This record gives sequence, structure tokens and C-alpha cells, in this order.
Amino acid sequence: MSTSSVTGSAQPTTAGPEKRARSLGVARNLGLVVALALLCVVGLVTAGDRFASTDNVITVLSLASAIGVVAIGMTFVITGGGIDLSVGAIVALASVWASTTGTQAMAEDVGWIVIVTTAIGVGIACGVINGVLIAYGKIVPFIATLAMLASARGLAEIIADRKTQIIRDQGFRDALGARPFGIPVIVFLFAIVVVAGWFLLNRTTFGRRTFAVGGNTEAARLAGIKVQRHTVYLYALLGATCGLAAVMLMSRTQTGSSTHGLMWELDAIAAVVIGGTLLSGGRGTVVGTLLGVLIFTTLTNVFTLNNLSTSVQAVAKGVIIVVAVLLQQRLANRST
Amino acid sequence: MSTTNPRRRLLAIGGALAAAALTLTACTNSSDDGDNDNAANAGAGDNAETGETVRIGFSAPAADHGWMGAITDAAVDQAGAFDDVELVHAEGTNDVNLQISQVETFINDKVDAIVLLPFDGAAMTDVATRAMEAGIPVINVDREFDSPFAARTTVLGDNYGMGVSAGSYVCEQADGNTDAIVAEIAGIDSLPLTQDRSRGFKDALADCGLKVSNRVAAEFTVETGERAAANLLQAAPKIDFLWNHDDDQGVGVLAAIENAGRDEFVMIGGAGSANVMRSIEADDTVLKATVIYPSTQGADGIKLARLIAQGRSMSDLAEVEVPRVVQLAAPTVTKENVDQYVDSAFES
Repeated sequence: MSTSSVTGSAQPTTAGPEKRARSLGVARNLGLVVALALLCVVGLVTAGDRFASTDNVITVLSLASAIGVVAIGMTFVITGGGIDLSVGAIVALASVWASTTGTQAMAEDVGWIVIVTTAIGVGIACGVINGVLIAYGKIVPFIATLAMLASARGLAEIIADRKTQIIRDQGFRDALGARPFGIPVIVFLFAIVVVAGWFLLNRTTFGRRTFAVGGNTEAARLAGIKVQRHTVYLYALLGATCGLAAVMLMSRTQTGSSTHGLMWELDAIAAVVIGGTLLSGGRGTVVGTLLGVLIFTTLTNVFTLNNLSTSVQAVAKGVIIVVAVLLQQRLANRST
Repeated sequence: MSTTNPRRRLLAIGGALAAAALTLTACTNSSDDGDNDNAANAGAGDNAETGETVRIGFSAPAADHGWMGAITDAAVDQAGAFDDVELVHAEGTNDVNLQISQVETFINDKVDAIVLLPFDGAAMTDVATRAMEAGIPVINVDREFDSPFAARTTVLGDNYGMGVSAGSYVCEQADGNTDAIVAEIAGIDSLPLTQDRSRGFKDALADCGLKVSNRVAAEFTVETGERAAANLLQAAPKIDFLWNHDDDQGVGVLAAIENAGRDEFVMIGGAGSANVMRSIEADDTVLKATVIYPSTQGADGIKLARLIAQGRSMSDLAEVEVPRVVQLAAPTVTKENVDQYVDSAFES
């Protein structure tokens, strides 16, 4: 109970805060749903059958999957009052480390399990280091994760010797490249992460603690939450999603590379922010993040289908970020 | 169009002649020592003779890309092949400020020549000019300075020529079919080198009545190549020819093609990595050719810097001075001639 009252303090504090918070969430997501629907209409009008084809929808979902999983992890960290600039570098390190280990002789029979567990393990390890530096070392998240960005990318380059490592393990290709019901495994993994993420954030003590820590750290501490330990958990969780994203990326490109995940930190943060999660912490939504990722991926798809340049696309992306945030602010103000 | 094409051809012919002269030297040399493990060789004729020892400063961007890594490795190997070269190798960097300070250090150390592959040619022009004014010849590699006073000699690849080679190959394969659907996956669109490649491709295609139907840009990495190609393949349900500007991002492009189960077209690569050449040799994918952007430019820069610092000329030229500009060729590698190029290709 005490934690939910802390959550309430981060929200507007008038009568019926829970109801208002819920309506606020709907309003936020409604704006994004409208934006996504508009993009789909543009796609349908300009590219017709090519846009609506099953293949294209699966392509969009596949492309959204890896960055989407990272963005869900990022939602937790930002909601908990932090930020992580190292996600792209962690994806690169996890992919390189896993592709190196997975191709060793000792891993021949169980190559794909080694690749998957190594990638997620490396991700968690990086996340724990980030979390410990921030929670116990008292280094601000921006700096700690900036350091991780540099060192993880550098370590990835050292391990891979700046070469692209091609994964020849057939077991990995079969396991992660499978398409049950015609849908790639990575899309199912993304769906599982979205549902699990939503449940964890909105229906568990862990989620309530995350809101509390991000909303008001001191109040959370007074309410009995072990803030430092929880912070480490949040970064470890994001690290795990980075490891999983590395696995997904490896299954799509069949490579591990120190150039994987370049600029993903900005894409993930942009998706989280337009999804309605407050950069200052205390308020976050997994569904919003999902919509944010889908909006960006669909935008690229619609632009490519219409043969438009990447420069125009970059401008459109910037405009969407600003418009979405302005729209959310207006809707949020209206509902208070 | 009709007024610009002949001029470009003249330029291309001029460049090709210069490149042929240089390639001739290189070919003679490699057959001499029979060592094809790397591009380094000690030179032939008068140029091979050991002269006075010279100190050469070398600075290049960070080797964060297979091609760039190969440039640096080839340059270092090349310097090692000469007994009379002492290489001062600065750490690769994408920070212009740091690269400027590296060149300033070379000037203070009074090296005999500087081989400089600038991260940003315009930003490095001033410090290169200062080196020249201090009497240190600068050999500019790959990315040109803004001023002709900033370099004694410039070694260039041929980005426009890459586009021309790829486009000419498409025209040859299309064999008069003017309805062929041609797609293009470029590198970073904002870079002049990408614009030059695309321009060359467009011009060559225009000669046989073709044009690019679908174009998308990636960012020279495997992951961006896969992402761009996945979308492009949805945009074009049927393709006859696909040119991908860069073999490093090509690993991702090929993965996307495999994921989409497409094989109805011929793909042409760019830059000329060893794994792409092996794939062309094996003939087991849609990749049937690649156009070379030599990763030996840094090595050629070292060879020319040595000659300039020692006050010598190029023994295969009648001219008594090392040329001002050397532009390397952008040949098309296919299954038929891959043997010729695979040994000097870079591993991506």
C-alpha cells in the first residue's frame, strides 16, 4: 500500500488518483494508436497491397522485435528514474561474445544454447555493472552508462578483432530462425517480452517499487524499499533484454559484430519517450513503448515502400517525436 | 547528360591510365616475391633499392569497419616491407581534434613525410597545409582535402567509377532488356562518396536505358544492411538486379535476402571483401559480382611517401617526379576473374 501511495504522489494528487491515472494511460496510448493508424492509412493509400501483405507485416514486426525488446527494458530503467546509454554497445558485446563462444569446439553439440545463454549472461553482467556503479558507486546514470558504452563497444572490437563473425551453427539457425505458423520465432519472443513486461510493471510488487523509486527515491526508501538493490535489478533487467536482443539480431543477420546496435540507445529512448514514459521517472507504460517502436518501424517501412530518401525519413522521425510529445502533454493536461 | 558523359569518360580514362601505371608496378612486384598473404611488397626496379632511411607518420580513422581496418593493416605491412622506412603510426581515431593533434605531433617530430587518411578531409586541410609549409610532404589518402596546397600527392579510390562499373555490369547482364528492375542499397547517404557511387551507377544505367527503381540507404554495418534490405525487398516484389554499395553491410543484405527467400535477381557487391569474393567463386548465392574500392590505398600512400621523402621518382614512369594524383581503378570482379583479386581482398 505504501508503495502505491508513493506512486500516487508522482501523479496529480486530487481525488481518485488511480482512476485518473488509468484514464491518463488510455489517453496517452490513444494518441499513439491514432498516429500508428494514420501511418498505416498512409501506407495503404500509397503502397496498397504491398503494405498490407502478410509478408510485409511480418517484416515490420521482425524489424521491430530486437529494438523493441531493448525499449521494453529501457522503459523499466527510465520509469525507475534512470537512463542507459550503453544498450547498443551491450548488444554488440553480447553478440560478439556469444558468436565467439558458440563457435568453439566444445560448444559444437549445444551451440545454440551456448550462444543464447552467453548473450543473455553478458547482457546481465553489463547491466549489473551499470547498476552497481549507479546505485552503490553513486555515479550518475548518464556517466556510468556512457563509460559502459565506450568500454563495451571497445571490448567487442577487441574480441572480434573488428571482424564480422558469421554464425555457422545450424542448431542456432534452426532454433532461432524457425517460423511456427509462418511467423518468425523472434516475433513470438518480442510478444512474450511485451506481455511479461506489462505484467511485471503493472501487476507486481517489482513494478510498484519501480514507480516508487523513479517517482520519489527518498519516499521509496522511507517506505522500506531497498532502493539501491532495486536499481541494480532494473539495470540487470535491461541488460538481459539487451542480451536477448543480441540473440534476435544474430538470428536475423547470422552474425555477431562490434557494429551491431549502433545508435540503438537513441532509438530505444525515443520510443520510450514518445510512448509516454517520463524521462524524469515515476511514470511509464509498456504499451506506449510498444506503440512507439511500431510507429518508428512502420515509418521506415512506409518510406522505403515509397522509395523516399533517408534524409526525409530522419526529418519525419524528428517531427513525430515532437508532435507525439506535444500531443501527449495536451491530452495529459486535459485529463487532469 | 550528353555533355557530361564524354567528359566523365575522359576523366575516367585519365584515372584508369594513372591507375594502370601503378597497378603495373604492383603486379610486377607481387609476381616477384610470390607472397600473396597481404598487399605489402618492397617494390621493383630502381624503386626497390634501399635508400636513405625515412620516418613516415601515418594517421587514419578508427578501424571500426572491415575496409578501414584493412587500410591500416596494409599500410603498416607495407612500411614493414621496407628496410629504409620507419613508421610512426598514430592510433586510429574518428575524433577530428585528436587527428589534428596527431599531425601536429608529426610536424613537431619533424618526420620526413606524412600519410594521412583524414576522418574529415575539410577539417584536416588546415593542419595538412601547415605540415606542407613546414616542408613535410603530405600524402593524402582516400578522402580529399579542400585545398590543393594541403597535399603533395593524393591517392584516391574511384567512387564514381565503382558506380560506373556496377552499372556497366548490370547493362551487360540485362543485354538490351530495358524493362529490368534495378534496386540499389547505398551506404550513408550524406557522404559525398555515396553520392558519387550512386551518380556513377545512374549514369552507367542511363547508357543502356535503365534506371534505379528502388533505392534505400544503410549505414555500412551488417545490422543496418539487413534492416534496409528487409524493407527494400518488401518494396520491390520482383527485382532483376541489386547493387549493394558495401560488402561489410552486404553480409546483412545477404541475410535479409535469405530470410525473405528471394533469389530471382543478380546481386552486385561493392568494395571487394574476401568473403564476398569467396562467395562469388562458390557461386552459391545471388551475389555474382563485386566492384573494387581498393583497401591498399594506405599502402600505396606509404610507397609514394617513401619515394617522395627520398627524392626519387616512380621507376615505371618517364616523369621524374611522383605524380600529384593517383586514382586507383574500380574493376568488376566476377567468377571468371576472381582469382586475380581474392588474395589482395580484405576480410570483413
